[in-house]
Amino acid sequence: MRGIQLSFSNTQKLRLEKALAQLESLSSKLNSNATVIVADKIPVDEDAALKGHGTLEMGNDVVASVCGVVERVNKLVYVRPLRARYKPEIGDIIVGRVIEVAPKRWRLEINFSQDAVLMLSSMNLPDGIQRRRTAVDELNMRSIFVENDVICAEVRGFQHDGSLHLQARSQKYGKLERGKLLKIPPYLVKRRKQHFHHLDQYGVDLIFGCNGLIWVGEHVDVKDAMVEDQVNKSDPQNTHSSSLPGSSEEPTDTPLERRQYICRIANAITVFSALGFMVNLDSVMETVTLSLSLNLGVHEMLEAEFHVRVAEQEAEQRSTSKRRK
Amino acid sequence: MEYVNPEGLRLDGRRPMEMRQLRAEIGVVSRADGSASFEMGNTKVIAAVYGPREVQNRSQQMNDQALVRCEYSMANFSTGDRRRKTKGDRRSTEISLVIRQTMEACILTHLMPRSQIDIYVQVLQADGGTRSACINAATLALADAGIPMRDLVTSCSAGYLNSTPLLDLNYLEDSAGGADVTVGILPKLDKVTLLQMDAKLPMDIFENVMQLAVEGCKAVESHIREILLENAQTLVIRQGYGS
Repeated sequence: MRGIQLSFSNTQKLRLEKALAQLESLSSKLNSNATVIVADKIPVDEDAALKGHGTLEMGNDVVASVCGVVERVNKLVYVRPLRARYKPEIGDIIVGRVIEVAPKRWRLEINFSQDAVLMLSSMNLPDGIQRRRTAVDELNMRSIFVENDVICAEVRGFQHDGSLHLQARSQKYGKLERGKLLKIPPYLVKRRKQHFHHLDQYGVDLIFGCNGLIWVGEHVDVKDAMVEDQVNKSDPQNTHSSSLPGSSEEPTDTPLERRQYICRIANAITVFSALGFMVNLDSVMETVTLSLSLNLGVHEMLEAEFHVRVAEQEAEQRSTSKRRK
Repeated sequence: MEYVNPEGLRLDGRRPMEMRQLRAEIGVVSRADGSASFEMGNTKVIAAVYGPREVQNRSQQMNDQALVRCEYSMANFSTGDRRRKTKGDRRSTEISLVIRQTMEACILTHLMPRSQIDIYVQVLQADGGTRSACINAATLALADAGIPMRDLVTSCSAGYLNSTPLLDLNYLEDSAGGADVTVGILPKLDKVTLLQMDAKLPMDIFENVMQLAVEGCKAVESHIREILLENAQTLVIRQGYGS
């Protein structure tokens, strides 16, 4: 199995198989027909069908060009690939790493087929004033982001030359510090309304980047009118203190307990992605709660027993949600 | 030497038209975008695909299509006598090129402009037919990486010894000095993308041998498709669609 290199005992193996078999029985039989692999013929009604991504015309037939699931929207027929690199869509929230500081721009590695570009002009300056970017700003680019910084940004779109541009026009975007970056397959992250999560009870921020990079870090207060933040309302003095998230004025130490929570959440996501399940906030929180209720240490979460537990929990979860339908 | 005995059995006990046992596994390299291992009898190869990713050497970047690169290597322990192999020797450069060209013919490179796709294949056990095994492994790895392709390329070799056409030669038969025809086809399109032969054969015999190899390719294809479909279905179930 991909990603899992653990030694399971015999009973654990059986339990895992049982949980996975349960999952199999839950997925509808109808859907299994929709699974295609490369060069499989896709049945279409007539010539009027629109051929979308992942399809190819071969003679009179429409065939798949990737392994995936056939989706039909009105006349459009396309194949959603099962395993592929991240494919950006405008407005996606992504997490990336700066690999180069170039004139007026940063280059970011975002797990796409090419590097993304974040222009100096498409991000808010630390002082928050809207103005033309001067040569001085350009010289000071390294004071904002340097190489190997982890950044959160939004996909702005493709330029005419085919390069991918990002923007960071709100204070919720920007440098990410004091946390852990996780890399999981991008197909396990679904696009949702909310990708930024503040887990109040643990004091942790969680960002699900659409590109499969997930940030688990200490909570930083966002000073932005656009983002509603309950924490800010309680102490208004603090709102004006610092400009960029994680700038130098903040206390320099993260309490041990919070670090453990960060690692616990990170491990929960690792286990979930290793099993190949979709990662979302609810499932991650349930996994964390499960690990806490079992009284497991942070490192014990990566052991075989917990993988099996999570698989069993997921199977149960899906069966109950199905029954409710 | 007698390669086909009077009972019609080959050195390893196969019939002339019989293939070795095929075994394939997907997802063997966790860090790669796509990976697979492929076994034909005692020949075992592993393939890993990285990409499409940013082109490493800017001058090679193409604005209308992806750059495909391939690296073939043999593990030191892959052959009977343990030998330190240099990385860029003639044989491996040639096979790298062959694999690259074969795979490039089926990848829809125009869909991934300004990027590069790296294919790394390594022979873990060599027992003849490494070229075909590498191509089959690379196909599986590319399909696993979700790279759009026209068709699955499959490859198989055939030879001619003791005036009998033999399918899927092993090392002993390969080194016998007879003709060795390696064929790669696109099964659904019914097109040949690779054809290599390192000896001479009369025209009519060549046709028979090639036909045999093409049939071998088709057998490989059906096996590969089974493996891929099974893998796709597990992924669908895990991700929880339709439930």
